[in-house]
Amino acid sequence: MKPGPFEWQAPDSLEAALALKARHGEAARFLAGGQSLVPAMNFRVAQPAVLVDLNRVAALDFCQFDADGTLRIGAMARYRRIERDAAVAARVPILVEALAEVAHPQIRTRGTLGGNLSHADPASEMPAVMLALDARFRLRRAGGERVVAAADFFLGPLATVLAEDEMLAEVIIPPLPSGSGTAFLEVARRRGDYAMMGVAAVLRRGPDGRCAEARIALCSAGPTPMAAPRASEALIGRGLNAESFAEAAALAVTEIAPMGSVQASPTYQRHLAGVLVGRALSLAAERAA
Amino acid sequence: MKITIRVNGVGYTRDVEPRLLLSDFLRHEIGLTGTHVGCEHGVCGACTILWDGEPARSCLAFAVQAEGHEISTVEGLAPGPGKLNPLQQAFQDAHGLQCGYCTPGMLMTLTAFLAENPHPDEAQIREALSGNLCRCTGYQHIVDAVLRVAAA
Amino acid sequence: MTSFGRPLTRNEDPRLLRGEALFVDDVELPGLLHVAFFRSPHAHARLLSIDVEAAKARPGVVAVVTAADLGEYWQPGPLLVPPPPVPGMVFHQRCQVPLVRDTARHVGEPVVMVLAESRYIAEDAVGDILVEWETLPAVGDLEAALQPDAPLVHDDLDSNIAARVHQARGDYAAAARAAHLVLKRRFIYDRGASIPMETRGVVASWDPRADRLTVWDTTQAPVVIRNGLAAMLGLSERQVRVVAPNIGGGFGPKMMMFYPEEVLIPWAAMRLGRPVKWIEDRLEHFFATTHERSQIHDAEIALDAEGKILGVRDVFLHDTGAYDPYGLTVPLNSQCTLLGCYVVPAYDSLFTAVFTNRTLVTPYRGAGRQHGVFVMERLLDMAARALGLDRAEIRRRNFIAPDAFPFDQDVIYQDFSRLSYDSGNYEPILDKALHAIGYDDFLARVQPAARAEGRALGIGLVCYVEGTGIGPYEGARVQVQGSGKVSLVTGIGSQGQGHATAFAQVVAEQLGVDIRDVEVVTGDTDQFQWGVGTFASRGAVVAGSAAHEAAKVVRQKVLKTAAAHFECAEEDLVLADGKVHVAGVPDHAITLGKLAGLANPMRGAVTPGTEPGLEATSYFGPASGATASGVHAMLVEIDRATLKPTILDYVVVHDCGTVINPLILAGQIHGGVAQGIGNAFFEKLEWDSEGQLLNASLADYLIPTALDVPRMRLDHTVTPSPLNPLGVKGAGEAGAIPVGALFAQAIEDALDLPAQGIEIREMPLGPSRLWEITQGG
Repeated sequence: MKPGPFEWQAPDSLEAALALKARHGEAARFLAGGQSLVPAMNFRVAQPAVLVDLNRVAALDFCQFDADGTLRIGAMARYRRIERDAAVAARVPILVEALAEVAHPQIRTRGTLGGNLSHADPASEMPAVMLALDARFRLRRAGGERVVAAADFFLGPLATVLAEDEMLAEVIIPPLPSGSGTAFLEVARRRGDYAMMGVAAVLRRGPDGRCAEARIALCSAGPTPMAAPRASEALIGRGLNAESFAEAAALAVTEIAPMGSVQASPTYQRHLAGVLVGRALSLAAERAA
Repeated sequence: MKITIRVNGVGYTRDVEPRLLLSDFLRHEIGLTGTHVGCEHGVCGACTILWDGEPARSCLAFAVQAEGHEISTVEGLAPGPGKLNPLQQAFQDAHGLQCGYCTPGMLMTLTAFLAENPHPDEAQIREALSGNLCRCTGYQHIVDAVLRVAAA
Repeated sequence: MTSFGRPLTRNEDPRLLRGEALFVDDVELPGLLHVAFFRSPHAHARLLSIDVEAAKARPGVVAVVTAADLGEYWQPGPLLVPPPPVPGMVFHQRCQVPLVRDTARHVGEPVVMVLAESRYIAEDAVGDILVEWETLPAVGDLEAALQPDAPLVHDDLDSNIAARVHQARGDYAAAARAAHLVLKRRFIYDRGASIPMETRGVVASWDPRADRLTVWDTTQAPVVIRNGLAAMLGLSERQVRVVAPNIGGGFGPKMMMFYPEEVLIPWAAMRLGRPVKWIEDRLEHFFATTHERSQIHDAEIALDAEGKILGVRDVFLHDTGAYDPYGLTVPLNSQCTLLGCYVVPAYDSLFTAVFTNRTLVTPYRGAGRQHGVFVMERLLDMAARALGLDRAEIRRRNFIAPDAFPFDQDVIYQDFSRLSYDSGNYEPILDKALHAIGYDDFLARVQPAARAEGRALGIGLVCYVEGTGIGPYEGARVQVQGSGKVSLVTGIGSQGQGHATAFAQVVAEQLGVDIRDVEVVTGDTDQFQWGVGTFASRGAVVAGSAAHEAAKVVRQKVLKTAAAHFECAEEDLVLADGKVHVAGVPDHAITLGKLAGLANPMRGAVTPGTEPGLEATSYFGPASGATASGVHAMLVEIDRATLKPTILDYVVVHDCGTVINPLILAGQIHGGVAQGIGNAFFEKLEWDSEGQLLNASLADYLIPTALDVPRMRLDHTVTPSPLNPLGVKGAGEAGAIPVGALFAQAIEDALDLPAQGIEIREMPLGPSRLWEITQGG
């Protein structure tokens, strides 16, 4: 289990990194934290000819709030940094709650949000959290950039809209309005494993006490992170109570397409989705001030 | 390519391929074989080292990436030849190891954990250990060892 | 102060804790070559052609070896354990080969060996190899394998039957006719893997000047490997040194021999004149290191109205994998251990071992015992329910009485002796366990209260025996060094069991020294010539007894030498603290080191009939195994919605005879239970219909973490074994054996499944499968 040979490039600027990717195209892979790519290389299921190592690109390592409360996270911000950020914990608590379920501290020391999202593993927690937070991603290429919604980014297992010369450079998370509550819940075989099912829920309680906004997204629930728009919409204008949560859970189960794994059959996954959507909504509502 | 990596405070200069894993660099290039390799896909934790003081898998990084960083391994823990540090001593006292293969990774994970959280309870200890697999001990005596250190 | 029986910390720990201890992959030698294998990607396929030219041409590649290159060295491996002397038995010997020559019979079977300047380059070259295959249908399912039209794993046989053994005593048919209740059920125990944290590895070095081969091997049986390698390579045994240094966990599969790599690496080192290293990577481990567990039992039990067992009949299939070099140890253990702690007047057991296109099956911690325990304990649970009896009570009524030992079970065991329990006393163990877990209170108060709140709490309680400490023999040499330290050398290796401490305690007890002054050497054939191996919970029993006997002889030599020195009678001497003195005159003491010097004089003459030095070698071979026993009890809570279990309490009460070191014993129990939990709840190898393993990584094949293993509470009773001088019984496998049965019972109880007509009759059992079962699947 040793990686195949590759040419290693470790630029210290974003521009240089993008230029290298543009030059080598699909022969090259960006190396972020390496916690998914390096195992794949050790198994030799990934054998890039060129690795463009981003670990020296300081410009990609940030995690900060704009004045309006928008959270901007650079592609190379390490998980450990994000989960230890007191402002993130206070203002976007679902990020920290979900990060605690991502592997183990030894992985989060090096793992990055940008690398994880670009890897687009549908069992991974962060892509679903991004859908629930209505995040946008800034994609950079040499001489250009575009911003795409998280909901439009993921195309399938390990597949995204990223072009050969593009990099997911920044994650933009809009502020959670007051009255919002969030929750991330998952069931995995063991702590740190990929979830058999995971649910990210974001709710806003309106001035009338009823649900003013809702976004539910699930991981390990299909070929991509799966949003549950009908379940979310069904909550709008409803009381935040067991009855509406149960209805939303029942709807969410119809909106996913779990593929099964050695740990869980698709029917069990659907069952779990129903259970977890109900529990996550209930928890999010509790937290919605 | 020629690189210099600082391990346990000592600089080692070697000519290596970019693909050489940090775990192999430590074990086979500079002879620090205390760091063990158990899976080479980042799950078992046997190869855990400290990277600038934070626990990380040495099988999931290339040696060339470690230039400019401070790497710490099990060989750097003891205060002197033939001695044990308090965590190592607690492992012996509580019978926290059997075959000893996972032990260096356990010690490195716990070194970082105890630095951040010197007086953990059992639940926190088990959580902290959950990224290091042990097949011999059933973990109970490892937990006991950490509880001894936490109480000291 | 005596050290025997005390919870002393271990001699081996400081070096392990400082990262100084030698493991096989730590061996570095000048000019070392590295090996990677091209392995069969198919479960069953005919080899048509191999093209290794590109691999050979790759810079850094030194040699590429196929079966054809091995010439006459290519031979199927030896039969490690011959079949048992059971009348009418069928056994087809088909042993693994070093490299596939004609047909690959499981995924991962080695086909080509590449030797290169680094493992990285060797793996590159493996990718250069082109092999043409004709794929054949694969056999996986045990019942399908026995259908008349099934594909044949070995096409020179007329079926996939590897072996068939029938053992019976009493008249089961009559027992069933006379019975108040007969229950018949099917039980399934599926495949798992041992997953030591250290994979296997072999390093070999041929020194032409010394005319000797040195092999470092992660084996549990270095002496047997030495003997076999010498024979295969045309060397005398003194020309081969096998070292099993620190081994990172064994658990049985490192007892298997000869793995193809063990045969090939030394050959390559001699052939190429350079040292060669092969370290199994984790991916290889899932295919190339042996597995255990798959069995299907159709079992029935006959009982009278009071719940007394009248008889048991069991017909089972055992998956032996593609080859059967380890004989029938695993199914024999299942067959014998099923009888458990109980009087079973009539027993009729027939097993069929089946060849499949899967990795070989050899013993893994428990080695078939847990299957037998699972079947019997489940049958008793179901019988108790049918008869309206308490689970503990039905067991109690069937226990072998304490005055019935030695208890002849009248079946042939894995050591080919007639299974006879040497000693035991089961009721006190059960009572202690019931008390510790709070059994009565749980059923009367805790569980009903929890159920009233909608919580699913359950209790499990199972009994088991463990045949341990079988022969044939081990040996030990004890010697007082000039330094005053004592050395103890034995032929068996250690994989973490604490031999360097437990054996030191045995020796220290006789020689009055601190255990830190006893240097134990294990697993080096240059240090000790004879031995068998560390397996079947036998190290402490067999090698420990040999060490005891040798130390006793050395003690006599010490006293004799000291008596000559002090010119007094031996009876007047006191041996303590590394010194000997005349009773009442402690100030005039002579150290053991000085006595060693006196016993090895530079002048004068050694008296005829005596030997120089304070040294003795002894061997111990028990006539049959010692039978340990125990009870595990567990409280579990199940999340009714997700079906994830949480273990709330876990109690082990265990009787392994005299205890040498309670701390080490506790560690053995803890580790066994952890593996049992893994095997019951997490660890199942999943295959597709083509015989491809679907979860060959530690991210997919899940072994328990610190959050999955509960804090365990241990207690012991002591019924010494009469079969060895120490009174000890083995303890290595006890923790793992009953856990499957325990989980099944506790989960059933928590979810009150029997009330819904649902029974748990299979292991391992994850939440997804449990959910299907509760849905009627």
